[in-house]
Amino acid sequence: MIEHELTIRNRAGLHTRPAAAIVKLAAKFQSEFIIEKDSFQINGKSIIGVMTLAAEQGSTLIVRFDGPDEQEAYQAMAELFESGFGEPI
Amino acid sequence: MEQSIKQEIKLKGIPASPGIATGPVFLFRKHEPIIPIRSIAADEVEPEIERLRNAVARSKKELTKVFEFAEQKLGTEQSKIFEAQLLILEDVVLFDVVYKRLKRERKNAEHILKDEMEKYHQLMMASKDEFARERADDLLDVQNRILRNLEEQKLISKIEGSHVIISHNLAAADTLIFSRNDVLAYVTELGGATSHMALLARALKIPAIVGIHQLSSLVQTEDQIVIDGYSGTVVLHPSPETLLFYEKKKTQHLAFEEALSTLRDFPAETLDGHRIKLAANVELEEEFEFIKMQGAEGIGLYRTESLLIGKEVFPSEEEQFEVYHHIAESVFPNHAIIRTFDIGGDKFMTQAMKENNPFLGWRGIRVMLDKPQIFLDQLRAILRASRLKNLALMLPMVTSIKEVQLSKQLIAQAKDDLRAQKIPFDENLRLGVMIEVPAAAVIADHLAREVSFLSIGTNDLIQYLLAVDRGNDIVSDLFQEFHPAVIRFLRRIIERGKQEHAWVGMCGQMAGDPLATILLVGLGLDEFSVVPTVLPEIKKIIRSIHFTEAQHVAERVLAMQSEDEIKAFLKHLMKHKFPDIPIG
Repeated sequence: MIEHELTIRNRAGLHTRPAAAIVKLAAKFQSEFIIEKDSFQINGKSIIGVMTLAAEQGSTLIVRFDGPDEQEAYQAMAELFESGFGEPI
Repeated sequence: MEQSIKQEIKLKGIPASPGIATGPVFLFRKHEPIIPIRSIAADEVEPEIERLRNAVARSKKELTKVFEFAEQKLGTEQSKIFEAQLLILEDVVLFDVVYKRLKRERKNAEHILKDEMEKYHQLMMASKDEFARERADDLLDVQNRILRNLEEQKLISKIEGSHVIISHNLAAADTLIFSRNDVLAYVTELGGATSHMALLARALKIPAIVGIHQLSSLVQTEDQIVIDGYSGTVVLHPSPETLLFYEKKKTQHLAFEEALSTLRDFPAETLDGHRIKLAANVELEEEFEFIKMQGAEGIGLYRTESLLIGKEVFPSEEEQFEVYHHIAESVFPNHAIIRTFDIGGDKFMTQAMKENNPFLGWRGIRVMLDKPQIFLDQLRAILRASRLKNLALMLPMVTSIKEVQLSKQLIAQAKDDLRAQKIPFDENLRLGVMIEVPAAAVIADHLAREVSFLSIGTNDLIQYLLAVDRGNDIVSDLFQEFHPAVIRFLRRIIERGKQEHAWVGMCGQMAGDPLATILLVGLGLDEFSVVPTVLPEIKKIIRSIHFTEAQHVAERVLAMQSEDEIKAFLKHLMKHKFPDIPIG
């Protein structure tokens, strides 16, 4: 299991489109994926869960990956966050 | 033919898309399921799970169709809402829990699904993030879709024959689906002229009216109805005379529109040479060509709220710049007035915020001054687009000098930013305020010293001045455009504004009411900004009167003591001078 912190970089924050992007990316990996914010945990492979997270620009999420491809999954997710989900930063 | 004779009922709403339609009603009631809790036997568990799987599959099929149709008609950006809804239907975590609970608790699928989805819904509703609450609506939409499919009800999207669709509210998906049928018109109880439905109706060239409260309690499917999308009038159970009147109005409109098109290139000037500026109210980029065809001298009100339709987040400075730049270029050498975001009140933002009294709450400039980052983005975008020196900026819902001064500070800050980045803009970009609150009207002279122009928004001004909510049936007949207090107020605003060398315009519904044109010219109004459809009529009236005569009319009206008296006088005048122009 690996655990890291990732920051929301895009201006609009974690709204529906980024939520969809996260869920779609997570689905490509076998590893379990948990997102934690303010001690509230959700399954990162569930759009309905990710949609309940209110995360503005600059807020930090704890991400946990557990499984055979946890390293690759984290790398890919970190890149997605780093790019600001392809939205204005 | 056997038919009970029903009393004719005339109702007034907000015109959302022009045109006249007559026909039978189709009353569309959005599915509001009542969910029973039912225990099921062990051997019923598998069939129950199967039933839910089928309902989800059917929902997926429906939504895929809506999504594809939306992509075609609205483009990728606005169809994203439906894509997210599709993803919810595929949510493994959600459905794993639902299926597990169903096996364990042995309750019916409707109950378990609703119970589980409700948890997420509540989480989103509890969020301080206003966008989270909009997401909650998406969730509810998906939930209702599955529940409907569990009951195996067909989506009512195929209706026989041509109908006027009446509904409490029409979601984007519903409007689109209905438009595949032969729809004569849309009428909703909720919604402003900027709702999804209004936008779509105009794009599809189908007449539409919004904001007729309680309508669905008055009509039944197959009732006869007339829709006048020019004036926002609905007539239920029309008498033969009424039908004839609207048939005539429809033909007249077509013939008149043709005749009026010859006026296009002439200015709005009275017979004795008093020049009026006649501009258009615009919401959509698609309307730019149309207003030129109608002979408008630019745009008197561009409502930037239309940039928020179908969006979850505020558009970026860049996105806004593209639109404002396009406006400036397409109206050049004419001018365009861009009004900063007027959100709140009856618009979508506060619906989610649940204020007790949104019309007296957080709206217009109040929101913008509380969200300076959003405001600055918009100000920079407008400034950048002002290079051709034909844009002006207008603030909504102003009630005090302080709000204007704070806005000016932010404008100065935006200008400094641009100068530092060496980005060109119009140093003299003109600023104006909407006069739509009585307080602003009372201090019109002070405001006029701070800005270049005042623009009167009659809809809200009358509502606040007369303390009448025009959506409230019990008192809506007290919403009187021609109330003597309104006329006196208009006179005061125009006089005070002009004394301080600001020009005074009007962008409310009254400016587009032909019955008011002569009076408003006589009161000294400098600019009319109207919905593009009525523009040629207003121009025709202005070009056929003398300014001195209009002033005389205004003096007489100012002496009258009731709306009835004023309207009777003006109607008589119009019938005599302009028998061709249909009046309300």
